[in-house]
Amino acid sequence: MRLRYLTLTAVAFFSAFPLYYSVVVASRHNSALAEVPPPLLPGGNFLANVSRVFDTVPFGLALLNSLVVAGSIAVAVMFFSTLAGFAFAKLRFKGRNALLVLTVATMMVPAQLGIIPLYLLMVKLEWTGTTYALIVPALVNAFGVFFMTQYLSRALPTELLEAGRVDGCTTWGLFWHVVAPAARPAAAVLGMLTFMSAWNDYFWPLVVLNPDNPTVQVALSSLASGYVNDYVLGLAGTAVGTLPLVAVFALFGKHIIGGIMQGAVKG
Amino acid sequence: MSALPLSVPGRRGRRGLRHTLDTKVSPYAYVAPFFLLFCAFGLFPLAYTAWVSLHEWTLLSDEHTFVGAENFRTLLTDPYFWNATFNTLSIGVLSTVPQLVLAIWLAHLLNRRLRFQTLFRVSLLLPNVTSVVAVVVIFSQLFGRDYGLINWVLSWFGAGAVDWAAGTASSHVALSVMIMWRWTGYNALIFLAAMQAVPRELYEAATLDGASTLTQLRRITIPMIRPTIIFVVIVSTIGAMQIIAEPLLFGASSGAGGGAASGGPDRQYQTLALFVYEQGFTKFDFGYASAASWLMFLAVVVVAGINFLITRRVKGGVL
Repeated sequence: MRLRYLTLTAVAFFSAFPLYYSVVVASRHNSALAEVPPPLLPGGNFLANVSRVFDTVPFGLALLNSLVVAGSIAVAVMFFSTLAGFAFAKLRFKGRNALLVLTVATMMVPAQLGIIPLYLLMVKLEWTGTTYALIVPALVNAFGVFFMTQYLSRALPTELLEAGRVDGCTTWGLFWHVVAPAARPAAAVLGMLTFMSAWNDYFWPLVVLNPDNPTVQVALSSLASGYVNDYVLGLAGTAVGTLPLVAVFALFGKHIIGGIMQGAVKG
Repeated sequence: MSALPLSVPGRRGRRGLRHTLDTKVSPYAYVAPFFLLFCAFGLFPLAYTAWVSLHEWTLLSDEHTFVGAENFRTLLTDPYFWNATFNTLSIGVLSTVPQLVLAIWLAHLLNRRLRFQTLFRVSLLLPNVTSVVAVVVIFSQLFGRDYGLINWVLSWFGAGAVDWAAGTASSHVALSVMIMWRWTGYNALIFLAAMQAVPRELYEAATLDGASTLTQLRRITIPMIRPTIIFVVIVSTIGAMQIIAEPLLFGASSGAGGGAASGGPDRQYQTLALFVYEQGFTKFDFGYASAASWLMFLAVVVVAGINFLITRRVKGGVL
């Protein structure tokens, strides 16, 4: 039993240490990195380094872009997934099961495969360089639909919907007055998960955006890929661009983890 | 999953048509957004990749000459393509196999009544919340040749300064560590979710019979969560075959020459997906890149299929 705690503590340490160490480096001067032994405690240079980040890349714009992109994707995914989840979980229509299986199957499609035509499509739509290219394809996804289907089929009593029908609700009315309020806890978790993955998305934004109108991740990568290895600069940017998310996660972690684990049980 | 009755008696009549529309058609409207979006931005690009791959297709020219299987023939004799295939498989095995074994073991450790359960779980998932860019930036520093913390620790054991990014094996190890760091905890939680559905009585009976926890893991847990193991193996395989951001950023932030998309000056860590990116978005040879995409897809299907067959055979006592 003691070994169990020891092992888990060691794993927790290794999970958290790189993040801690990034703050240590980000709060120091580049010259401190050459010291032996390496510095293990934060220094006092953090704000100066951060202001260097804002001087080097359009980081304010990047933060704004990421906020808008991740925010709109999260709201859209919550809405459309709850809508589709309601239909799959509680409405009867021809081909329902086949469509649900198809939805889950699309999760297996390797997304990289279509990246070139997707880019060509964005060129045609004249969306390259704009955040439309990031938002529109991500408005709803299979995971969200499946996640909400699972939740609603378990947590929403059919009697409640029947009562609504007797009271003369249309299907839309049911969705709005009965389903949406009941779906709120799961939708909130889905929203947080979606926000995080949209905020952290890197490859597609890199392909489709320009360095002068970046998201946070694209800005961070251009910080990190200078000719000179300015680790301090890169890690200061990392600290500003990703640690707030980590902090939010640490606060709501329990609910988010509950969501991930519930989504995982597929029988 | 019980479904609603199609109609409620007494609500029919003059509003019959509207009611029929509401109950019979509106469900399709509710699930339509996903399918429309998937067709436009998922299915269409997939099919279009096949079309583009049969052409000489560059960004600069509006003319796309049909060349048949020419791109595929060139690819099969392209040493860079095979190099990328080797790197993908090597990094895939190095990052996935230890990761999944470790994840099962961690889930097993967590699958008890523990103090600080939430704290352990949150810290396990912390790396997964960190963006891939942050992970590579942080680890490039840790893996630095001269002042990296990892070489410093290794020097206690008398190891010389390892130039992690330079060698084939060392760069694969470094990249695998980054991937493992980010995903082990996530997979452990998925396994944990499955383990919690295993009936407690099985463990209680095994404990009475004097079975050690290791025996319980092998004889009870692993056979009981096999569907989840198969699922995670397939998903991880598909993910591992598409690794791109890590090598791309590693090339950029470890200061190696040759352009970030080459995966190191000697292409020592260029993966298949990175090869596609290099052809498509630095050389703008879309036809060639699309052909490479299709071969990559084929490789994903083959490797995922093989792993499925292997995992299905895994029974208690083998691991």
